Amino acid sequence: MSNEPSQRDIDTQIAEQAGRTGLDHPSRDYPAYRSSLLRYPTQALTVIRDPEAVELTGPVFGVTDVTELDHDLTQGGFAEPGGQRITVTGVVKDRQSKPVRGQLVEIWQANAAGRYAHQRDQHPAPLDPNFTGFGRCLTDDEGRYEFTTIRPGAYPWRNHRNAWRPAHIHFSLFGTAFAQRMVTQMYFPGDPLFPYDPILQSVTDPAARERLVATYEHDLSVPEWSLGYRWDIVLDGPAATLFEEDGR
Amino acid sequence: MTGLPPTPAQTVGPFFGYALPFTGGGDIVPISHPDAITVHGYVFDGAGQPIPDALVEIWQADRDGGLTGAPGSLRHDPVDGSVVGRDHVEFTGFARVPTDADGHWAVRTVPPGAHSANATPYLAVAVFARGLLHHLYTRVYLPEHATALSADPALSGLPADRLSTMVAAAERDRRYRFDIRLQGEGETVFLAFE
Ligand SMILES: [Fe+3]
Repeated sequence: MSNEPSQRDIDTQIAEQAGRTGLDHPSRDYPAYRSSLLRYPTQALTVIRDPEAVELTGPVFGVTDVTELDHDLTQGGFAEPGGQRITVTGVVKDRQSKPVRGQLVEIWQANAAGRYAHQRDQHPAPLDPNFTGFGRCLTDDEGRYEFTTIRPGAYPWRNHRNAWRPAHIHFSLFGTAFAQRMVTQMYFPGDPLFPYDPILQSVTDPAARERLVATYEHDLSVPEWSLGYRWDIVLDGPAATLFEEDGR
Repeated sequence: MTGLPPTPAQTVGPFFGYALPFTGGGDIVPISHPDAITVHGYVFDGAGQPIPDALVEIWQADRDGGLTGAPGSLRHDPVDGSVVGRDHVEFTGFARVPTDADGHWAVRTVPPGAHSANATPYLAVAVFARGLLHHLYTRVYLPEHATALSADPALSGLPADRLSTMVAAAERDRRYRFDIRLQGEGETVFLAFE
């Protein structure tokens, strides 16, 4: 027997924290995700209520930062990548329902076989020379983003014995304030791996967890081309951003 | 805070390296800039081990305290579309650097100006890592502002030894050391904004 936890061990740890409601974000201290053990602060965060804070502004991006091709992860090879082509679109808003306009959205993901174009991903699934695995775009005037990509495969990882991540797309987002910065992951509806995954389950409130799952929307599917998914994103952030209506 | 419920955070994971870092991501100004400083350090875990898969982002005011920034951190090559980085004409105020295999990161920039009257200048920092389920914020204050910082009302609740984790140490040649300790002894002060 090795020290490697079994899925049952991880299930027990997940169950211990399950249903802690009222938390929008994962607790950084989440033992079932073993990499978190030495990487969460033990001291409480220091709360800043300074309306002059630098963090209430943030970096800006524009047409020089993104090309027209960057939102399509299936272009750039010599042939079509393997797998199911999908379109993922949605609106980025702040908590006051105000659209986040002209801001940078970045994604990265495994290919259809569940393999990342990263040298540290060495599990025996094929790389796809026709799939870049990353994309970026700017939100439009309604806060909308859109990517054309391939439905990613599930992949194994070494958190515990027989650990598999549900299919997901990593997202990186900017708001108008650095304090709204967000990195998260989008999941696909109905994935049977959800209950086994400590990263998704680290969001212990079921309603919050549901907000990480895209919806299939038939009207977004393009005939003979792609299946459509919608995933709207709400950036968390300080109440002070409310008063930045005129922004820059 | 009320309003729409936010989308939960998730870890950046181990595989962001081919997607998020970009050419010149740590060079807010070029090293040849007459006012350039280097801010560098390590990211450590709770066992004191360097973290080789963290990502550090900086956002800061320009020399005059201006916080408008500018686009163009990720300028593209017009021919092949690859990211070639900024042109150093505009000051974008934004840096993004992954830690190295030894947990080390470095940015080159200019000292930020005061962003409002009597404000103590600083670099705003966001830290992402595999194993970190929700990113963290801290700040880099330069040592010449340590006295002003200790009187800063926004941080007045912190004991001196905690506050000092946000003050970089002066090294030679306009170089400043700033280590980030995610957990344990000397744990960095991390911030939440309300
Ligand atoms: Fe992943």
